[in-house]
Amino acid sequence: MDQFLAFTVVGLSTAAIYAVIGSGLVLTHTTAGVFNFAHGAAGMLAAFSYWQLAVGWEWPVPLALATVLLVLAPAFGLFVERVLMRPVQALGEAERLVMTVALLTGCIALARWVWDPNTARPLAPFFADRSAIRLGPASMTWHQAVTMAVAVAVAAALWFLLHRTRAGTEMRASVDDRALAGLTGADPLRAGRLAWTLGIQLAAVGGILIAPTVALDAQQLSLLIVSAYTAAVFGRLRSLPLTFLGAVVVGLLEAYLAGYLPRNDFLPGLRLAAPALLLLLALLAFPHRRLRGRDRRLVRVPLPTARGSLVFAGSVVLLAVVLVTVLTEDAIISYGAVFSLGVIALSFVPLAGFTGQISLCQLSIAGIGAVVWGHLGAHGELWALPVAVLIAAGVGALVALPALRLSGVYLALGTAAFAVILDRWVFTLPAFDVFGVRVTLFDQGSVPVTGPDLFGWHLTSPTQLLLLAAVLLALASLAVAALRRGRIGRRLIALRDSEAAFATLGGRLLGAKVAVFALSAGLAGLGGALYGMQLQTVTAEQFNLVAGLPIFLIAVIGGLGAVGTGLFAGLAFVVPTQLFAELGSWAHDLSTLLIALAGMGLAHSPAGVAPRMHAEWAKLARDRTLFRALLGVLALCWLLAATNAVNGGLALVAALVAALSLNARASARRQPAPDIPVEWWGLRRPWKPEDGEVLSRATAAS
Amino acid sequence: MPLLRAEEVSVSFGGRRALDTVTVAAEAGRVTGLIGPNGAGKSTLFDVISGLRRPLTGRVLLDGHDITRESPARRARRGLFRTFQHLELFGRLTVRDNLLVAAELGPGRLQAARTADRVLDRLGLTDQADAPADALPTGVARLVEVARALVLEPKVLLLDEPAAGQDTEETGRFADLLRSLAAEGTAVLLVEHDMSLVMTVCDEVHVLDLGTVVASGPPARIRHDKTVLAAYLGEE
Repeated sequence: MDQFLAFTVVGLSTAAIYAVIGSGLVLTHTTAGVFNFAHGAAGMLAAFSYWQLAVGWEWPVPLALATVLLVLAPAFGLFVERVLMRPVQALGEAERLVMTVALLTGCIALARWVWDPNTARPLAPFFADRSAIRLGPASMTWHQAVTMAVAVAVAAALWFLLHRTRAGTEMRASVDDRALAGLTGADPLRAGRLAWTLGIQLAAVGGILIAPTVALDAQQLSLLIVSAYTAAVFGRLRSLPLTFLGAVVVGLLEAYLAGYLPRNDFLPGLRLAAPALLLLLALLAFPHRRLRGRDRRLVRVPLPTARGSLVFAGSVVLLAVVLVTVLTEDAIISYGAVFSLGVIALSFVPLAGFTGQISLCQLSIAGIGAVVWGHLGAHGELWALPVAVLIAAGVGALVALPALRLSGVYLALGTAAFAVILDRWVFTLPAFDVFGVRVTLFDQGSVPVTGPDLFGWHLTSPTQLLLLAAVLLALASLAVAALRRGRIGRRLIALRDSEAAFATLGGRLLGAKVAVFALSAGLAGLGGALYGMQLQTVTAEQFNLVAGLPIFLIAVIGGLGAVGTGLFAGLAFVVPTQLFAELGSWAHDLSTLLIALAGMGLAHSPAGVAPRMHAEWAKLARDRTLFRALLGVLALCWLLAATNAVNGGLALVAALVAALSLNARASARRQPAPDIPVEWWGLRRPWKPEDGEVLSRATAAS
Repeated sequence: MPLLRAEEVSVSFGGRRALDTVTVAAEAGRVTGLIGPNGAGKSTLFDVISGLRRPLTGRVLLDGHDITRESPARRARRGLFRTFQHLELFGRLTVRDNLLVAAELGPGRLQAARTADRVLDRLGLTDQADAPADALPTGVARLVEVARALVLEPKVLLLDEPAAGQDTEETGRFADLLRSLAAEGTAVLLVEHDMSLVMTVCDEVHVLDLGTVVASGPPARIRHDKTVLAAYLGEE
């Protein structure tokens, strides 16, 4: 009984933190219409800042607290509202979601860059010098008591704010309809600013309170707050009282699991993954509405031509050939991942680009592909590659079942929870038997991975593996392009635009969703196996949620609907990472930070970079003379670099300069006449004989 | 026997009765009107008939089969299709692709392209075939929704305010289309606020008010029904 009471006190104290953080999440969600994935990361940054001030620079605790909670947190909240969120407010739910994922990635990278992850940063609990308060047989530390008191104060203050002040009324009015609230004299912008300021302050309070009980680690602390998300989902992201109740349920459940779960090899991971598991269950159990409204601006899904797809696939293989003939063996190892990560990024295209289903667990599924290939293809057995793809596809189909109940941000949250369950629990399991079949994952360590046997050759060298990955990326890109052009592509886009219309026309939602999840998971599994071959040994950490976020962001930057996104993402992820790695290990997080910043910037351009690049370079491709000239220059540069006549870097620069100047020339040659409005025809440009007919037709049509 | 019959259908939204034991029927080869003020429950009834909402009580019969518990897709395979009051076009696709998606979901998927082009031509939409669906004016977009249902050769067609956003001339052409559909044997159930269209094309009209059927009969009788006038204009 004493033990039970002790666990209850711990549970309630944790619950108080979750309640504070969860209420901040609900506040920003209801007022600004944004589910802030980076809410936990904001709390993490606050905890690090507090450590820096109170411990690092030895400021007095009250001054450090006041600086973080009253200056830094509100400033960060206002920055997020003004610079990041307001520009995407008018866009769709997906863009707002991407923005917060970019912010999460950026916050983690920033914290790791500023505060070296290899240094321990202990943070003392509040009033650690005072003796515990006795509550009958149990006891409560002053830190726990302060935490609970803060939660109660937050609950009371929020109730007062929302129900007894004008600002609170404005916030509640903005929940229902921002535009309408504006017409009635309320100021939705002020309500938004206040919500972000308060929301981030609450995250900061939670972060500072939770930090002394766990290690100060950027990634762990950002994800630890998954439990607060569960509490908010209990409150259906709307109700503060239900969020507090949810926090109590989650906090107690975690404390009892930690105390009473039997100790064996299979369960330590479950304890770590329990919050994510609860989140997934809560998402499925509680019905919820989609976030307000539909996407206001539909992002077109590019329609590749058969010829264009073939040219692109050929270019992928050609690029690989150029790389292996120009680069040194070390560089081939470093840049080999361009194509395998490209396949993983391509897996977002049918799922997120065509169907609009945002999955954040693609890299985890790639991990399954890698580990299955590692075990079954341990001696290069080629048959094991399709088996790895099929098993990954099966896991994808499994994810699709809950996905039927989830959409938009809830699906993203659910798949993120799934990724956490995989990397914290499933991937850490020792070997086990299922119906007599021995299942081995990462063997609680690392798994060696080799290349496949192909036509009697065992592909093991970095060159062979790079070429294999490039050929498979080219084939996968062709397949996805064919999918977009055909019946299935149309069907997936239709499903995205209106599930109701799709169903009432006879479409099967379950079949279509399971198929697309399985297909993209299969692609991710293939990419994972190829990535594993290049890494030679794989560990669970290489495939965790946080590692997968930059790949997702780059795929978004590339354009989720464009087939070229696979190659773009591979290049944009690997090349800067390698270049920064050459600067030193300190620069690793800088490249992730830059990716996050690019994600934040390019959320303004929802169609992505790949379609824009395609449009910009299409003119050159259509100009036969200039295109032949380009091919000639490229071939010459390649020849000079491959024969070591000139330095590879110099050849690359020469090729780029030639390509850019030829493209500029092609654009100038095909400059269209400026678009003159119809009422100025005959004035700003001469009247043409066909203008009369054009006007007559337009008038008749309208 | 009517081809489609919704019997004693009731639906509640959080304790408020949106439909209260509503019974309506639509016969093959006839246009049946369903009118009533805003909030009367017309679109909710369409949701129940098409399978997007489960009724609290009552049942839906199609060609004598009880389809109350069937999915929307299953009902579509039986020949029941609808359009929506709030447009539900596939906005990222072109007009032709909207029709192709429907045609490819039906039995004649091999002739899908030909069927789509035929229907586009019939509704005068050929010029807009390659336009993105989310860039269409409302009147044309509603016509595309009708066209998308027509490629599947419906036995029963539920039209939810299809003429909204059309001018007089377009409405006249649309009335001709409805008559020709009925002549081909389709049972058309039409929700519409344009009373002149309803009164000219419908063979039978049901009037809904506050979730109940307050009158049923031929248009001539409905036009002078006191209950109907009260529902639209309010009690004196």
